[in-house]
Amino acid sequence: MNAHAASSEETIQWTPVCDKQALTADTGVCALIKGRQIALFYSGKLDEVFAVDNFDPIGKANVLSRGIIGSQGERICVASPLYKQHFDLKTGECLEEPEHRLTAYAVKIDNGKVYVAV
Amino acid sequence: MSKQRVIVVGNGMVGHKFIDNVINSDSADKYEILTFSEEPRLAYDRVKLSSYFSGSTVDDLMLTSEEHYQSAGVVYTLNDKVVDLDHDNKTVKLASGKVERYDKLVLATGSYPFVPPIPGKDQPHCLVYRTIEDLEAITASAQESKVGVVVGGGLLGLEAANALKNLGLETHVVEFAPRLMAVQLDEGGGNLLRRKVEALDVNVHTEKNTKNITAGEKHRYRMEFADGSYLETDMILFSAGIRPQDELARNCGIDVGERGGIIIDNYCRTSIEDIYAIGECALWDSKIFGLVAPGYQMAKVALSHIDGGPEEFTGADMSTKLKLLGVDVASVGDAHARTPGAQTYTYEDGVNEVYKRLIVSEDRKKLLGAVLVGDVEAYGTLQQMCVNSMDLPGSPEQLILPQSDGSASAAMGVDALPDTAQLCSCLDVTKGDIVNAVQGGCCNMGDIKSTTGASTGCGGCAALVKSVMDKELANLGVEVNNHICEHFEYSRAELADIIRVKKIESFDELLDSHGKGLGCDICKPAVGSILASYWNDYVLEEKHMGLQDTNDIYLGNMQKDGTYSIVPRVAGGEITPDKLIVLGEVAKEFNLYTKITGGQRIDLFGAQLHELPVIWKKLVDAGFETGHAYGKSVRTVKSCVGSTWCRYGVQDSVGMAIAIENRYKGLRSPHKLKFAVSGCTRECAEAQSKDIGVIATENGWNLYVCGNGGMRPRHADLFATDLDDETLVKYIDRVLMFYIRTADRLQRTSVWLENLEGGLDYLREVVIDDKLNIAQELENEMTSNIGKYQCEWKTTIENPEKLKRFRHFINSEETDANLAYVVEREQRRPANEQERKDQIPAMEITTN
Repeated sequence: MNAHAASSEETIQWTPVCDKQALTADTGVCALIKGRQIALFYSGKLDEVFAVDNFDPIGKANVLSRGIIGSQGERICVASPLYKQHFDLKTGECLEEPEHRLTAYAVKIDNGKVYVAV
Repeated sequence: MSKQRVIVVGNGMVGHKFIDNVINSDSADKYEILTFSEEPRLAYDRVKLSSYFSGSTVDDLMLTSEEHYQSAGVVYTLNDKVVDLDHDNKTVKLASGKVERYDKLVLATGSYPFVPPIPGKDQPHCLVYRTIEDLEAITASAQESKVGVVVGGGLLGLEAANALKNLGLETHVVEFAPRLMAVQLDEGGGNLLRRKVEALDVNVHTEKNTKNITAGEKHRYRMEFADGSYLETDMILFSAGIRPQDELARNCGIDVGERGGIIIDNYCRTSIEDIYAIGECALWDSKIFGLVAPGYQMAKVALSHIDGGPEEFTGADMSTKLKLLGVDVASVGDAHARTPGAQTYTYEDGVNEVYKRLIVSEDRKKLLGAVLVGDVEAYGTLQQMCVNSMDLPGSPEQLILPQSDGSASAAMGVDALPDTAQLCSCLDVTKGDIVNAVQGGCCNMGDIKSTTGASTGCGGCAALVKSVMDKELANLGVEVNNHICEHFEYSRAELADIIRVKKIESFDELLDSHGKGLGCDICKPAVGSILASYWNDYVLEEKHMGLQDTNDIYLGNMQKDGTYSIVPRVAGGEITPDKLIVLGEVAKEFNLYTKITGGQRIDLFGAQLHELPVIWKKLVDAGFETGHAYGKSVRTVKSCVGSTWCRYGVQDSVGMAIAIENRYKGLRSPHKLKFAVSGCTRECAEAQSKDIGVIATENGWNLYVCGNGGMRPRHADLFATDLDDETLVKYIDRVLMFYIRTADRLQRTSVWLENLEGGLDYLREVVIDDKLNIAQELENEMTSNIGKYQCEWKTTIENPEKLKRFRHFINSEETDANLAYVVEREQRRPANEQERKDQIPAMEITTN
């Protein structure tokens, strides 16, 4: 589990989203969690799931789950499918325009199920 | 010490250059500058005047601004003219009555258009071509005219003809001499230029001496010629040369030449002390210089002399290179072979319409001049050889002959140039300046331009400047890195070789063996494209899915709001009424914005993810297949209707377009590919602007390659002529596969060809002569690719697993609530931010 954005363990409320098997390696999907659109990405190489906002603050559309994921140096990123800026999947920070930042959410896999903390 | 008062009379290009030089010099604060212009605005670029008719605004043409002059302390007066000059008391008097004192006076009064003394020349629609006001008058007159005549077939005359054409007039050029551009071109060059100009629907009349302009019968005026013939027209534009504007000097006792022009010495001094003349009004060694570069040189010399410097004006190279009506023309040095004993070499290629002539010294050691029409690539080399009096190679003809080994031309190595060689004559930049700039850290043309100013004038020297820069970069050992991204230390072409030779079938396999990290949005789609080009698997197969770019991954073109557009294939642009009705019905059912594309198909906008499979099911059932509008792949083959219906068609262009489109549909490539087929030489399908263009001839097909529209349009090159169907397809197979094998990522065929060493000739050798012995391999690769074609949408809608991805949420059936639309011209489009705010709560569009 990677609890990058979570505060402390007790306050975390985990929402079950889907089976991990439903995720295709190195692609994203969008989940609706407590009224929020959240993009989930599964890196096959790292065997890790990441969650950030689906809304692209630069392109102003709900599209980030449809971007390509990869690495920029040490950082794991998604590239916006609209205008190709990179967002750090762990911190939500935009590499090219750091004034834009997504919320990054904690994710855990339990018993083959994906949970996101919102 | 008080400032010296310098008055510059005239604020044209050269007058402004002088002022600009003062402002930028170290001794700027020694001078107080005043300038007067009779025009209503400060200096603008007269060289680019014709661009006013192709969309440039007055602002685009301006060389400076009132703010700039104000901040530099330059005092300027517009709409006022210096009418008198008292050199004893050192004052000038203006038309407005004002009198100003000077310490130094610089006459930059320029020239005026020469209008031959023909009776009837002063009528309202008889105009000239020199100032922005003239252009405005021409535009106004053109609105009341159908036919326009330019008097004068020189450089400016042809530019003016282009302007009339752009204004939609039937255009004629009337020239007194027996050929066009008689000053710069010899007979052969002039004849070819004429053929090319006439092919552009400009009527050329040479050896015509206009005697009288009277009222016409069919048109406004009738021009009567000395040989008894006549021509009727609605407007006349005189562009028969320029005359120095020397009236002020002449009236005030300054020496002028017999045929006009203010006489100056090597320091640009006139016959009266403290008065200088520069630019087109000045006469040096009995010569007037009607180009901007010598004028700039004089501006530099005059300032140097005022400032106590040593510079001298010693004449100027009058070589020119320009594009007139789309035709490349260049003239170097003694183009007419007037030097005693001059020898010439002539190369003429009637097929490709190229004419080149070299004029060399009697001993064949030095180049005296050259004429180039249709292909001016050698201009930079030849001009430098001429100006620097460099030794010619043993066989000078090699300089203008096409090279059999494929190299572009026997370009002289830039190493041979002395450091003092002036590469950019507009801005006076030498080879040494470029070398210094590179050593100072410049490593691309943008840097070079902003640092040295080279190539920012006419741009004619760009190729030469770039080769000097490249050479110097190489000398410094600067490595030009062509790695595709941080994850692979290879270029795209190298990755393509690795994938092909090692038969690599997935991105992970390639990353493990040849890369590092996780990959990124640069290398993943590039590798995805190469894999598809060679193995042509289904792009949404699980192992390839994460590689697909924005559009490919959902097989549609993502629009700004995250919805998609849908473009079914309409091969050759041929569609039955029934299929048209299906498209209309689908668009209506899903409320899709509908537009005809440039590639003769129909684009349906605004489909949400979950709607895509439903829509495509209907389309596939009706016999449509994917148009690959989303892919870096073959898009469309545009066609005209051809011989089946058209009175002029000589081949079945629609049939050929459909055959080609079906052959190459779905072919993934480094960038998108657009084709066209025209049924006759009228070229209604615009094939010469395509990557692959096919034009019917009486005997078969002419094949054009590597053209494109878009950001930087490029005309396709004629690759082969009169091909039969089978050979045509064979050549296209080979060209495309060779491009896929060797191009860079996102490199259109046009740029690919420009960067291909050896250029078009080399491509012909590979494709036609099979120089590399790979033709069969290329064809086999194409055959294999074609054999694996599948309609990606048909495959997708038949696969329930794949369909799961086509919904907005993985855990909900809801759709994206953020979409908002407004209706415009009876169709919807995404609401802009203001409209969104105005329509809270967002209007929900329900479509099913």
